[in-house]
Amino acid sequence: MFDLDKWQEILSTINKNRMRTFLTGFSVAWGIFMLIVLLGSGKGLQNGINSQFRQDAVNTMWFGPGTTSKTFEGLKSGREIRFTDEDYEFVRDRLEGVDKISARFYMWQNRVISYNKEYGVFDLICVHPDFQAIENASIAEGRYINDIDIKKRRKVAIIGRPVKEALFKNGKNPIGEYIKINNVLFQIVGVFTDKNERDETRVYLPVSTAQMISGGANRIHNLSITSTLSAKESEEFEKKLRAEFAKRHRFDKEDMNAMWISNTIKEYKMFSNLFMGIQIFVSIIGAFTIIAGIVGVSNIMIIVVNERTKEIGIRKAIGATPFSIVGMILLEAVFITGIAGYVGLLLGIGVLEGVSTILPENPFFLNPEVDFTIAIISTLVLVLAGTFAGLMPALKASRIRPVVALRDE
Amino acid sequence: MITIKNLHKSYVTGSNSLHVLKGLSLEIEEGEMVSIMGASGSGKSTLLNVLGILDNYDLGEYHLNGIFIKDISETKAAQLRNQTIGFVFQSFNLISFKNAMENVALPLYYQGVNRRKRNQIAMEYLDRVGLKDWWMHLPSELSGGQKQRIAIARSLISKPKVILADEPTGALDSVTSMEVMDLLQEINDEGITMLIVTHEHDIALRTQRSIKLKDGVIETITYHKSTYKAVSSF
Repeated sequence: MFDLDKWQEILSTINKNRMRTFLTGFSVAWGIFMLIVLLGSGKGLQNGINSQFRQDAVNTMWFGPGTTSKTFEGLKSGREIRFTDEDYEFVRDRLEGVDKISARFYMWQNRVISYNKEYGVFDLICVHPDFQAIENASIAEGRYINDIDIKKRRKVAIIGRPVKEALFKNGKNPIGEYIKINNVLFQIVGVFTDKNERDETRVYLPVSTAQMISGGANRIHNLSITSTLSAKESEEFEKKLRAEFAKRHRFDKEDMNAMWISNTIKEYKMFSNLFMGIQIFVSIIGAFTIIAGIVGVSNIMIIVVNERTKEIGIRKAIGATPFSIVGMILLEAVFITGIAGYVGLLLGIGVLEGVSTILPENPFFLNPEVDFTIAIISTLVLVLAGTFAGLMPALKASRIRPVVALRDE
Repeated sequence: MITIKNLHKSYVTGSNSLHVLKGLSLEIEEGEMVSIMGASGSGKSTLLNVLGILDNYDLGEYHLNGIFIKDISETKAAQLRNQTIGFVFQSFNLISFKNAMENVALPLYYQGVNRRKRNQIAMEYLDRVGLKDWWMHLPSELSGGQKQRIAIARSLISKPKVILADEPTGALDSVTSMEVMDLLQEINDEGITMLIVTHEHDIALRTQRSIKLKDGVIETITYHKSTYKAVSSF
């Protein structure tokens, strides 16, 4: 029940003991402030690194043929290894842990692409449908390469947004239009966007079509996959992959030059371990900040109650019950810590907001933010701690016989 | 009003036990004005603390206004103190951050009287002790005599049956002492029982009887036939 008179008494006590109020409040506000800033910075760091990696699918592996550097079963070194569609099918069908897979075929050095009188130079990437997932490209209009394109070796093209802007200046819908690449006409069936700008100035073609046009038969230049494996499993997978390809193409499996493998799974896992490390670090510091806050508040509450022993004795002598003494001290503690905690919370969030607006675009620090639930809970914990810290000396004070409290020093 | 029989009280500090009150019996009638005298260590302050329910006792009986006081709860003691007893201390014991009016009004806060009402009553009592114009001053801005008069106003505001005064003039000069005693006398004249602990003989002389304690028991009881009132009328 709200007792106006009680609150008036408490507010007037708070008002007349401003230094004491300030010190108690400051320690609580500072604790919450530090905690919010700390948690927010940790989150900002994490967001930054996350966004760096989110551009491509995070668990990709690329591999392709090289040139042998060791003799093997009578074959001389310096032999060029070639991958074919069969290698693609083998990895797709026989190896476990492969999620998405695409081959890639390099076609034409001359990459002038024209539409009517407009033209430009862009990358030509000849791939399977899964490549969309591997590159994390989004379709803006139309569609991506599909299985029928591959099977029927259709002359279709998916162009990047900048390509569309370069070739279709009057805002014409590019879908269904034909572009000319090296005097071969391709029908545009889709427009894509990619978070990585460098990967946007591209034209995707079906790998089988490219093989046919350039007379490449069934040759492919490299393979890329995404997988569902853990970092450790992915290392195993890498070994197995090398061994299998060594068998298929007859090279020494210890010959690192015969086949290259680039594995971002390991890097990604390394970074996610780093995240976890940062998070644990931030949590531990956060926990200690809270503990420091609790200790600070407890100390001040104990000092406050000690300082008020005489006042408590007077109040008891003129009729204050022990309950009213405990109530007075506790309400005061809750009131001060509650308001100070809230102020600390606001200041902390304000500083985080300020930092994220002032700070220039930075790849490793992005959107510092605080989980609101965590912020509220830690404020409550500190308020409760302040209350509890006040409770002990308050109970003690309420039990002091007034004669002891009133004794002249 | 106050009846004690065979009262014993010891203070235990560690393994030492100090027997302060050793079987003290005393009766004080309603409306009496009594002084308690004795050298320091004779047990007079201890007796006052027991009578004021500020401290407990070990053996014997204590009846205050017909209520048997023994091992009562802190809460009950607080209520009894609030409604029956008014305290006046040597060191005034005013709350330093409250002004004169708020100090006087405080006992009514614990009776649940609302702020405006109790401040209004406090002003009446301040007027009575002649300090109405000083209501907004903090204790630190007042003289010893003024502080004691405020403490007396505070002790009166809850309309107690008994006022217990522990060396009320101990910190005051002789002129102020007499003014304070005049005030206490006036209050007693209205029928409030008054118990004054003092070691000053001229203070004791102004009460109806003096009880002299020695080593925890009553040594002598002296009746003062000529009370101050009688003297002053000449």
